[in-house]
Amino acid sequence: MIEVILRRLISTIPVLIGVSLITFGLIHIIPGDPAIVIAGPDASVDQVESIRQLLGLDRPLHIQMSVWYMNLLQGDLGNSFMLGRSVLQAIQERLPTTLLLTAYSIVITMPLGIAAGLLAAYRQNTWVDTAVMSVALLGVSVPSFWLSIMGILVFSVMLGWLPSSGYVPPSEGILACLQSLTLPAFSLAVFQIGLLARMTRATTLEVLRQDFIRTARAKGLAEWKTVAKHALSNVMIPIITVVGLLVNVAIAGAVVIEQIFVLPGVGQLVVQGILRRDYPVIQGSILAVALILVLINLIVDLLYAYLDPRLRND
Amino acid sequence: MTESTLQAVPLEKPRNQLLSRMLSHRGLVIGAGILVVMVLAGIVGLLGLAGDALKISYQSRFVEPSAEFVFGTDHYGRSIFSRVVTGTHLSLLIGISVVAITAVFGVLIGAIAGYFPRLDGLIMRCMDALMAFPPIMLAIAIAAALGAGLLNLIVALGITYTPRTARIVRAAVLGVRNSEYIESARLSGASDGRIIVKHVLPNSMAPVIVDLTFVFAYAILAEAALSFLGVGPPPPVPTWGNIIAEGRDYLVDAPWISIFPGLAIGFSVLGLNLLGDGLRDVLDPRLTSK
Repeated sequence: MIEVILRRLISTIPVLIGVSLITFGLIHIIPGDPAIVIAGPDASVDQVESIRQLLGLDRPLHIQMSVWYMNLLQGDLGNSFMLGRSVLQAIQERLPTTLLLTAYSIVITMPLGIAAGLLAAYRQNTWVDTAVMSVALLGVSVPSFWLSIMGILVFSVMLGWLPSSGYVPPSEGILACLQSLTLPAFSLAVFQIGLLARMTRATTLEVLRQDFIRTARAKGLAEWKTVAKHALSNVMIPIITVVGLLVNVAIAGAVVIEQIFVLPGVGQLVVQGILRRDYPVIQGSILAVALILVLINLIVDLLYAYLDPRLRND
Repeated sequence: MTESTLQAVPLEKPRNQLLSRMLSHRGLVIGAGILVVMVLAGIVGLLGLAGDALKISYQSRFVEPSAEFVFGTDHYGRSIFSRVVTGTHLSLLIGISVVAITAVFGVLIGAIAGYFPRLDGLIMRCMDALMAFPPIMLAIAIAAALGAGLLNLIVALGITYTPRTARIVRAAVLGVRNSEYIESARLSGASDGRIIVKHVLPNSMAPVIVDLTFVFAYAILAEAALSFLGVGPPPPVPTWGNIIAEGRDYLVDAPWISIFPGLAIGFSVLGLNLLGDGLRDVLDPRLTSK
């Protein structure tokens, strides 16, 4: 078990190096002179020069890289042009909103996606299977940003049940906060439920084909006991690994959803950064999100190793 | 054993067998049908047969869907039908280009990683690092760095989806690398390049073809999202994403502006997903769960 954890921790290091290199390289793929592009078409020569100095673009590449890593190791992601303060501070303020939205959508997704997948698998090749899988397929086909606009039209404009935009932080009341996030979270969850239902069905069918299930049935065990005692535990372990993928999908979706619902999250920060050509903000935000995803995948893998008796007792 | 089981079954060529399996798969046929409709709509849009998508008419602003304007009109009086149909060829163009980039680089990188164990670790860690970013976030960051525009969007999405395909190609190559027929090709003196192109890749293609169908679907969804955010081809060029974005401001009075392009995206992606599921069932029965 300890070996599994160590091996997994060590394998994270090259990914972290790669992630930081890609983020560093982002500013250098700008065609031509990045300082001119960032300063914009109307900038004076002085402004371009000050941006070049601010970002250290006037220094040789290896110096730029070592400065970038030194700062990174101290938690310094640079300063934002548009916000006039540190990028880290801006991310710290906005991260809770994105994480709350992501968590909310995953809390909705897990029970519904797993239940739908199990139902379809146990009723394989019946109308129930066809109906559930058709809905799941629709879920993974419709863009979540369009769904959220349709959600606003129906639940905010026509029915008046939920707010169409804006964010209430948890400190101002949990219920009001959840209400402000309900429409965005459901918009995100539809795609994820479809994805999870399809994966759960495939995994369950795989497990139901195994010899130990046939043995359990052959020895006369009640069907519900076979399912609950033998099948379900073997279905749930691989499903846990899907959580990492779901978080990845949810955060990607949040980039657009936050824009629609005017939620002050990291996704909105990235989009604003892009529109204002604020590269420290873009670099810092996507680096922070990637680090969180690497961390979540690490936790999920370790959890998987812990839950799987074959790995735990090894 | 009954007599009937002993009767000779007429031998079919494998290719005909594959075709008949494809044609008897309902989802695959529907998916392929939707793709054909998309391609036809794309051609109609490209040739301008669905009307002028840019024609402004202030007399016919915000017209509801009617016989004259099937999908209604927008705030400039432009026909939403013309705009959605014209947007189809851009979505198709972007989807196909992303699939082409992903196929070329994904297969190349995956085959090298899978066939040469010494390079495997380094290449796959780079791919892992790229996959650590949420796809849309990486794509908008790359597209923003390169500058807004069609080509940059395609490059950004290509970079974003290549690691996924490379990983699948690598797994498939690893699966066949130590097969006897590869060994015999090696013993007969074939070069690594020849073995990869002639023997390894053709036998690893099934999962790749299935994956590329899904990449096509993801590319259409991602392109719509990026255009919606303003990182795609700039207006007035109609893309499904930017038509929805423009319609957002008139959601209450003219919801049809956003409804129809969204349905077009959903319909196309549904078709590609059906096609991908069907191809997986037919080409790679090991992956299917039936």
